[in-house]
Amino acid sequence: MEQPINFFSGFSFNDLLFLGEAAGRTILISILSITIGTIFGCLFGWILQVSGTAGAVSVGAFLDIFRSVPLIIQLILFYNFAPMIGLSLDPFASGVIVLSIYAAALVANVARGGIEAVGRPMRRAARSLGMSYWQDMRYVVWPIGLRAVFPAWVGVALGVMKDSALVSVLGYVELLKASQILITRTQEPFIILTVAGAFYFALSYPLSRYSARLEERWSQ
Amino acid sequence: MEYTFHWRPVFRALPDLLDAGLLTLQVAALSMVFGVVFGLGLAIIRLNARGPLLWAASTWIELARNTPALFQLFFFGFGLGAFGWHLSPYAIVLVGLSFNNAGYLAENFRGGFKALPPTQLRAARSLGMTATQAYIRIIIPQVLRIVYHPMTNQMVWAVLMSSLGMLVGFRELSGETQFFASKTFRIFEYFAVTAVIYYVIVKLILAMSRLLAMRLFRY
Repeated sequence: MEQPINFFSGFSFNDLLFLGEAAGRTILISILSITIGTIFGCLFGWILQVSGTAGAVSVGAFLDIFRSVPLIIQLILFYNFAPMIGLSLDPFASGVIVLSIYAAALVANVARGGIEAVGRPMRRAARSLGMSYWQDMRYVVWPIGLRAVFPAWVGVALGVMKDSALVSVLGYVELLKASQILITRTQEPFIILTVAGAFYFALSYPLSRYSARLEERWSQ
Repeated sequence: MEYTFHWRPVFRALPDLLDAGLLTLQVAALSMVFGVVFGLGLAIIRLNARGPLLWAASTWIELARNTPALFQLFFFGFGLGAFGWHLSPYAIVLVGLSFNNAGYLAENFRGGFKALPPTQLRAARSLGMTATQAYIRIIIPQVLRIVYHPMTNQMVWAVLMSSLGMLVGFRELSGETQFFASKTFRIFEYFAVTAVIYYVIVKLILAMSRLLAMRLFRY
């Protein structure tokens, strides 16, 4: 008696490990691109705020492109463009680069808002106390501006974390791609998507609640 | 650089791409209409209701805001298949985007409702309006004015998010581009033109919203 061949097998404990590993990759790519994006975003935000109109307009227009074109298109474009100029990048590296620029474009606005949140009289006072420009930035603008825009920054960071799911189009096996692979094999989309969604939620929800509470406390 | 760009096939496909761009605009605009209606409902429930209704509204809002939009599309596309509900690609994108928009807009609306002085509602009620009348004629128009700017942003996000339709088989602008790109392997050229189309759509929406604001908010 021949056994019928079954190409599909159920959801098992090993699959959970596979999802966990993929979740680790989601966290890794998110942390990397949020960090790099924040550093460059602060730099761009500072340029937007201090430079004369020509500089601010050109940097602003450049960053605006990344906020006006879907991230998925940016990823595909970069991934196909890099080989043309002789760069051979794997999906992970491409993903980190594109996500970082995207994050930087979003953080730039937040950072500019933070610098502008510190009033002109306050900064004049700092300078007239004998602080240098950078001392003023470090000891006056940074602590006050950070308070003003920290919740907005958390929002951007969580947005980048969620958007990291799009790197799956390049073939990087992060959480959502891993769940797709498992769905193809197990044919149990509901359970697997619920597990994946629960993970994203568990990562994002506490942080967003925390920042909302901070915002409330600081606004008093 | 040894790559030779071939733009001609892209320009030949341009009319199809622009048609697909209209489809993108259509699905984004429809999802905004649903998003505003459900978002208003969710915000009112979250501010006023108790018990299971409040729980359901909060769950909707938090799920929409704390999971990736792509996950939401997959859920409506494949996850519901487990219950035998199979949506068409168009429906997946429309339902997914509406769900997402409603969640984000609900929080904006909640801020808008809170920004209105409570005396507005009491004044309306004391003029003899019912609660429904007061909401429809007094409260909601003022809230919509407060959240006009975030709503414009959400519309831009809806257009950008609709590009995820590509991954669930919907042939809006990105899906159509993907279709052409895989026929000719001129991936970069096609997506570069598509990126420009998205940019123009976004700028048009922002310009229109500014014009509309000038007409609507003349005092």
